[in-house]
Amino acid sequence: MRRRDFIYLTGMGAGALMLPGMNALGKTIDPIQALEGVDVKIKKELADVALNAAKSNGATYADVRIGRYLNQFVVTRENKVLNVANTESYGIGIRVIANGCWGFAATNDVTKEGMAKTALKAVAVAKANAKIGGAPVELAPQKGYGEVSWKTPLTKNAFEVPIKEKVDLLLNANGVAMAGGANFVNSIMFAVNEQKYFASTDGSYIDQDVHRLFPSFTVTKIDPAAGSFETRRSLSSPVGMGYEYLDSLDSEKVAGITTRYKKRYDMIEDMKFATQQAADKIKAKSVEPGKYDLVLDPSHLWLTIHESVGHPTELDRVLGYEANFAGTSFLTLDKWKSGKFNFGSKAVNIVADKTQVGSLGAVGYDDEGVKCKKWDIIKEGTLVNYQAIRDQAHIIGLTESQGCCYSQSWQDVQFQRMPNISLQPGKTPLSVDEMIKNVEKGVYIIGDGSFSIDQQRYNFQFGGQLFYEIKNGKIAGMLNDVAYQANTQEFWNSCSQVCDERDYRLGGAFNDGKGQPGQSSAVSHGSSTALFKGVNVINTKRKIG
Amino acid sequence: MPILNKEEAQALLKKVLAYSKAEECEVSLNGSEGGNIRTALNAVSTAGDISTIGLAVTSVFGKKAGTATIDEFDDAALERVVRRSEELAQLAPANPEYMPMLGPQTFAEAITFNVNTAAITPDTRAEMVAKSLAVTKDAKLTAAGFLENSTSFNAVMNSKGLFAYNKGSDVTFSVTTRNQEGTASGYAARGFTDVSKMDTYSATKYAAGKCLSSSGAKAIEPGKYTVILEPVAATYLLENMFRFDARSAEEGRSFLSKKGGGTRLGEQLMDSKVNIYSDPFNPDLPSTTWSGEGLPREKTSWIEKGVVKNLSYSRYWADKKGVKPLPGPGNIIMDGGDASLEDLIKSTERGILVSRLWYIRMVDPQSLLLTGLTRDGTFYIENGKIKFPVKNFRFNESPVIMLNNLEALGKQERSISVESYRSYLIPALKVRDFTFSSLSDAV
Repeated sequence: MRRRDFIYLTGMGAGALMLPGMNALGKTIDPIQALEGVDVKIKKELADVALNAAKSNGATYADVRIGRYLNQFVVTRENKVLNVANTESYGIGIRVIANGCWGFAATNDVTKEGMAKTALKAVAVAKANAKIGGAPVELAPQKGYGEVSWKTPLTKNAFEVPIKEKVDLLLNANGVAMAGGANFVNSIMFAVNEQKYFASTDGSYIDQDVHRLFPSFTVTKIDPAAGSFETRRSLSSPVGMGYEYLDSLDSEKVAGITTRYKKRYDMIEDMKFATQQAADKIKAKSVEPGKYDLVLDPSHLWLTIHESVGHPTELDRVLGYEANFAGTSFLTLDKWKSGKFNFGSKAVNIVADKTQVGSLGAVGYDDEGVKCKKWDIIKEGTLVNYQAIRDQAHIIGLTESQGCCYSQSWQDVQFQRMPNISLQPGKTPLSVDEMIKNVEKGVYIIGDGSFSIDQQRYNFQFGGQLFYEIKNGKIAGMLNDVAYQANTQEFWNSCSQVCDERDYRLGGAFNDGKGQPGQSSAVSHGSSTALFKGVNVINTKRKIG
Repeated sequence: MPILNKEEAQALLKKVLAYSKAEECEVSLNGSEGGNIRTALNAVSTAGDISTIGLAVTSVFGKKAGTATIDEFDDAALERVVRRSEELAQLAPANPEYMPMLGPQTFAEAITFNVNTAAITPDTRAEMVAKSLAVTKDAKLTAAGFLENSTSFNAVMNSKGLFAYNKGSDVTFSVTTRNQEGTASGYAARGFTDVSKMDTYSATKYAAGKCLSSSGAKAIEPGKYTVILEPVAATYLLENMFRFDARSAEEGRSFLSKKGGGTRLGEQLMDSKVNIYSDPFNPDLPSTTWSGEGLPREKTSWIEKGVVKNLSYSRYWADKKGVKPLPGPGNIIMDGGDASLEDLIKSTERGILVSRLWYIRMVDPQSLLLTGLTRDGTFYIENGKIKFPVKNFRFNESPVIMLNNLEALGKQERSISVESYRSYLIPALKVRDFTFSSLSDAV
């Protein structure tokens, strides 16, 4: 979500009625409209108008994205429904190369006239930018796929599920929290459907129907006498799936000190655990700072992977395009060129994969018409590759793009965004219990908490949702006030074991921000539970006055 | 079409309300136009020009409310959006926290609009960026920057007779300069209501100066230091504290909650030099004169001489608690002192000068403990002088604890938060015992 949304200073609760932030996520629509698609023949005709107009006005390359972006939110608090909204944003973005330079223009005038006019505007922007100078765009070749399509594999379209069913689920979950003694609980169902049509002068006409879902909650327990409160957020993951994610299945549960979830999520059960655990956190022992072996659950580790591996291997950051905002990267080109930069231990194998079923980043083709694939980023601890798009491929000697181009909407220009970046499971059979058995002094962390990393992705600090002390191979009780700090390279070199594929799960970011003006994208990160030796743990307890 | 004046907006809203059959109806209209240029590696990387306008209608039956929006303005479309909002309201569950719409209110005319800023064109933006790039090219540094301007309006009218209108304009610029070896970096950010105050050349000179003096940074031990936070750094850290919401405090889930129940209203929470308030009529940082709930905004003190002076009450929460509603801040202003940055440095025996902070996140909402890092110019001060640049630090600090350890205030400046892009009027701060917890090699 764009952080600069006006709602911050007006106060989101009641103010939302008066100023619904209509430009941020599109216009509000009737739920039934979300089920009506746009005829692909019409989209092709419109795209051809834009491509022909661009070419006939001097573009050497053009692509057009016709996007219909649907969002649905159901927001509740305790026994109240605070908001139900369906929004739609529909329009066209046209990107061209003219005089060796990029140009972009967008319109919500989805007519042939609108296409032609906007294509001319994009060409004019390119020609104006070309006057400023700079190296001409070098675009990796891309074959045209003709007319193809792709759809997120799903069995239950979230937009077809009645709102009442969602409201009932959330209110039932909230009811479990209130019955369990929670002082505050809110829960949200957020569904996204991106209907994207891409066409380019390469000869591709790609129709995609992308679905994502994110059910979540926060439960708070307050101890008024002590003047303290603790929260526990849901252990759900945002997913590239349909509503079937909420059909609880025992086979998709991971038993342990608390239940965690694979491809199906049980919100009611998680709420029950969360309510008790929020209360337990108030009474938990404050951690003694020092060096600990960390056993990191995938529900936590995904965020560490995202920040310390996903972002620094973005080629645009490496080159300096994010320098004014998110920063650059310590993984400079010389380190990659050496072919032996020691990123992590031999146990660390990290892949990029935009085809992973159920993941947030999975699509058939990226936003510049490149078919998606899987490749190595870190192989047995060594940096072997980055994430690149068509105009960057030549910089790292590639003859084709890696398909990492994405735009949050039709009205934003597409640029390099990370694919799903995941730690591969260990090849030797190893369960979480077996891993913990060999830890003398450690902390077992479940769920993601606060996160911060420097502008070149060296120094980071992460919190979590649940912390358990490990003493001599056994869980010794709950801890509180835990955060760990490390240097990325040292941290990944301290990775000594990764559980096998039986424990592999995806976590993810629904709104990962990047760029100026900022754009968000959704991406998953998978791993099995992993062990990191001798990491610095700090105590975060403070008192204010 | 994107920017309507008060009379045009009023006429359009009246027309829409005339279609309403609901018990209560509210119509709001938002429009904006503006653009941006992004640079990297001393060249333009992207540029955009955006204009949008949209209308939202909220219809209410009992406590059931439905909102529909539209960006078409012919009569048929306007009637259609009203009907759709009524249908949605009938389908919606009743909201027990719904408050009946307000009747007519008196709002003072805001001073948020500036004609110079509204006249910015793509050429103006290009000229401003060219001035910035000239500095870094001359200094053999690399610039990455972002310039953005917008003019916008919003207007609201409801069936009870409330009408509010506001028009505003803003321009912001930020630039990061780096040396070619990638061993030093500097930053500047500026924001104004009036573009004639925007000097991208001098801002980039400032950032270039920071970069050049940052080369050869040494590592020193993390720990507790006296720090001088320049306004950009202080702003980004403090903005995480500017939520003076009564409801969360009374519910016991805020740093303003009191042990044993209640809030910390009236308590001395910070050093007595701390005064934080909002004022829609501050000429350097004007804000709208009405809130999202349709309440008039006036000058409001939040922290006075370190004491929590007011908490904001939504209409619902105020009604429930039997108090007067008080809208949250439309802007934030913190009083400064007379000391220049040089004065603050001169008075420091041993300390750290912080130019910019980065990636600040909440670690503990109860104590407002935040973590983040220094960036783009961190310097060691000894005996009143900057001795040498130092490597960046990670900090773990609460703004509340920090404002209890306040030693001196510099001059107040309008500065922009690095991530939220919101502007504030905040002084440079000199603070003792600021906790740096580890070192970062990042430049």
